[in-house]
Amino acid sequence: MSEHFVLRINGADHEVRDSWLGESLLDVLRDRLGLTGSKGACEQGECGSCSVLVDQRLVCACLVMAGAAVDREIVTIEGISPDGAPSDVQRAFVECGAVQCGFCTPGLIMAVHDLVDRIDDPSDTEIREELAGNLCRCTGYGRIVEAVRAVVLDRRGEGPR
Amino acid sequence: MSILDRPTEAPPRHGALGTSPTRPDGVAKVRGEFAFSSDLSADGCRFGATLRSIHPHARILSIDLSAAWKVDGVEAIITADDVPGAPTYGLIAQDQPVFAGDVVRYVGEPIAAVAADHPETCRRALEAIVVRYEVLEPLLDPEQAIDGAHPPIHPDGNVIRHQRIVAGDPDATGEVVVEDTYEIGMQDQAFLGLEAAMALPDPGGRGVELHVATQWLHEDRKQIAACLGLPEESVRLVLGGVGGAFGAREDISLQVHTCLLALRLGRPVRMAYSRAESFLGHVHRHPATIWMRHHATTAGELVKIESRMLFDGGAYASTSAAVLLNAITLAQGPYRCENAVIDGWAVRTNHLPCGAMRGFGVVQACFAHESQMDLLAEACGLDPVEVRLRNAMTTGDRLITGQVVRNVAPVAECIRAAEALPLPDEPVGGHPLPDGGVDVMKLPGGAGRTAETTDVVRGIGWGVSIKNLMYSEAFDDYATARCRLVDGVATLKFATVEVGQGFVTLAAQIARSVLGVDEVELDRVDTDIGSAGSTSASRQTWMSGGAVDAACRAVRRRLFEHVATRHGLDASALLIDGTDVVDAASGWRAPVAELSAGLELDETAVYRHPPTEALDENGQGDCHVAFAFVAHRAVVDVDPELGLVKVVQVATGQDVGRVLNPLSVTGQIEGGIAQGLGLAVMEEIVQIDGVIRNGNFTDYLLPTFLDMPPVVAALVEQPDPFAPLGAKGVGEPPTISSTPAIVAAIRDALRQAGHGGPRLTRVPVRPSDICC
Repeated sequence: MSEHFVLRINGADHEVRDSWLGESLLDVLRDRLGLTGSKGACEQGECGSCSVLVDQRLVCACLVMAGAAVDREIVTIEGISPDGAPSDVQRAFVECGAVQCGFCTPGLIMAVHDLVDRIDDPSDTEIREELAGNLCRCTGYGRIVEAVRAVVLDRRGEGPR
Repeated sequence: MSILDRPTEAPPRHGALGTSPTRPDGVAKVRGEFAFSSDLSADGCRFGATLRSIHPHARILSIDLSAAWKVDGVEAIITADDVPGAPTYGLIAQDQPVFAGDVVRYVGEPIAAVAADHPETCRRALEAIVVRYEVLEPLLDPEQAIDGAHPPIHPDGNVIRHQRIVAGDPDATGEVVVEDTYEIGMQDQAFLGLEAAMALPDPGGRGVELHVATQWLHEDRKQIAACLGLPEESVRLVLGGVGGAFGAREDISLQVHTCLLALRLGRPVRMAYSRAESFLGHVHRHPATIWMRHHATTAGELVKIESRMLFDGGAYASTSAAVLLNAITLAQGPYRCENAVIDGWAVRTNHLPCGAMRGFGVVQACFAHESQMDLLAEACGLDPVEVRLRNAMTTGDRLITGQVVRNVAPVAECIRAAEALPLPDEPVGGHPLPDGGVDVMKLPGGAGRTAETTDVVRGIGWGVSIKNLMYSEAFDDYATARCRLVDGVATLKFATVEVGQGFVTLAAQIARSVLGVDEVELDRVDTDIGSAGSTSASRQTWMSGGAVDAACRAVRRRLFEHVATRHGLDASALLIDGTDVVDAASGWRAPVAELSAGLELDETAVYRHPPTEALDENGQGDCHVAFAFVAHRAVVDVDPELGLVKVVQVATGQDVGRVLNPLSVTGQIEGGIAQGLGLAVMEEIVQIDGVIRNGNFTDYLLPTFLDMPPVVAALVEQPDPFAPLGAKGVGEPPTISSTPAIVAAIRDALRQAGHGGPRLTRVPVRPSDICC
């Protein structure tokens, strides 16, 4: 069955044509709209590589039906820093060595934005628990935790930058 | 203490060697703009998909494609009959079919491929293909591959390699003898970026360009061209963005299939694996059974090592022969031992094919020899650290292959450096929370809230290892790089694959240090230049780093000649200081940017390490190029009754030669230890009757943020005189001895709990192994 609907992504309306019923938001973003910043690595919500915000809630786009995201505000990695310059989280990832192969990175950037926007002074356990839905196979997570700490300190006005 | 807080002498210029400039691909990666191979697309592109065997061993009686051809949108279906060139491929022996012809040998073996207008069409077409099988008895017990109890499952036979090592006096005995049998489970590399490629056919089908995530473009090209029946120069490879590798991209997976479909259709074709298909589509770490007996003096000094090693290579050879070589030749670990009798087997079964994964054979050997060193310590009444220090290898010591270790070998220094690192300051369960409660996430079992603090026991364990660097056993191993200096800007070209490790950062650092430039451009990574060899075996910093260094030095020599002629100076007295050329004799100086204005200097260099030898029938020969060493100390909390483990800290002292980029080294150490932790306590591919049972990320467990403890590291810096930049590869060692260190720590905790029973001779350690 061919579907036709509109998704509101990063503040703009995107028409989706010829989608099939039940197609995931991830597949629609990547294959039909060309927004390939969100990655797919497990297709079952385990790895977090496809993390996006739907109505300000962090979700795995591979587990959301595209049709269920109609009339909602979707934010993807392409829209996390609307003014063009990298966000504080993105800068911290690059500067702290939190990026190696980079495949998990877009999903983690989304998850860390969600974390530091909700909790202004997370403990080490909170950081690790909040991000435990995002797998990284390269870094062993140490530099990612450092990047999160750098953002938290910076936002509290205590950072080095 | 952070390993980034190392004291340094004169601080190097930012961006040069010894500093941690940001990755050139970093901003694109954090913005989601970096093109991984799975992100590639082209106008008119079709999609490909693979039909795979459902039996571990069966004869194919017929393949009926008629219903699949009727699926609307199907444009090509190919089988073994459609392979125009060599029907098989492989890294060492070409024994693996592009498509199974008469027989399938593992669950997941490719039988056919289709191309269609949409992945969903491909899925329907695959479902419509009817394969009739005659099911054959699978060979699943590796011992039966040796004893002849099972008929050959492949024309090449069931034994892939058998190699013995006999060193010194094979009849030597020691007053203390310890022995046991160890098992290592099958681990998956579990890179996040799934296999993906896009092939663009040349007009007329006379050639093809393949964009692919791989570890070794030129080796891929060689195997692809042979199977396509095309000359190598008609097959061009371009690196697609690589989402991790860890060994799993060294073998061919979808490369040949993608090219065949594109050539058949005369239009671009993309293929991309799902996670479930990825578990079937690449090689894994060999499961192994290793018996070891150590003889020693009562003082704990090694006298002789005996071992029998059996590696299950699965259905096809891949790199099994080289994996086995590493295991048997480094069976002694980083310890002196003059006498040895080792019997190594790599065999064929109807399990998933095994090949390269970070640590490459040494991981398996190390779990055995480090478990043995702890047995020896116990038998001799020694501390685990003391027994290792008493036997620690140094430069000039001889391996059981007769090869002398000429590299710096700071084994004792690595152990002492790790020992000096602080133990965790948090008690079991962490510091009390503000409300006085326990942070359950810091207890074994975590959010399950099953463990009680009072039941949890903390243990400490050690693991130390040796790893060979680069390719061994007479392989002609080299790397190529080109440097162009134009108007003060250096452009580097190489076929070195960036898998995430940071070679792109390092290459630019080398150019800045050698040439005194700030701006370095990196050209596309493809086969338009000579081979760089594989991004594996901890070899690219040494090999491609050596090639980039040599190319930049060649350009610098020409720059100096030009400057000397122009300014009446002696070229041999010129050097680079910061971003200036300086005449050491007169003190004359001028900026490189100014001196190179209007010039175009272009040099290509090949770096080759000295040749190595094959082993003789007694396993003797200088088969390895170089060695690196590392020590790990693990701290774990264990609930013995529930069999739950929480790794609290891993400390490490690593022999790195020279630190070229502190942040990159940290990343390799932390990431490598995470994979070692995975093998220790959670990661294993489970096959029952030859069928994978957990080929997905829900059932194949990977360490998360909560599983991975803080790492404290000390970098033991002794520049290696044989390494072109003084630096040793750092990628594999962190993975190798972190596993036995964690298991030793679990054993220590159980001992303290008076829970003497299980020896924990198998990894990964499961809860049932602890509380049995």
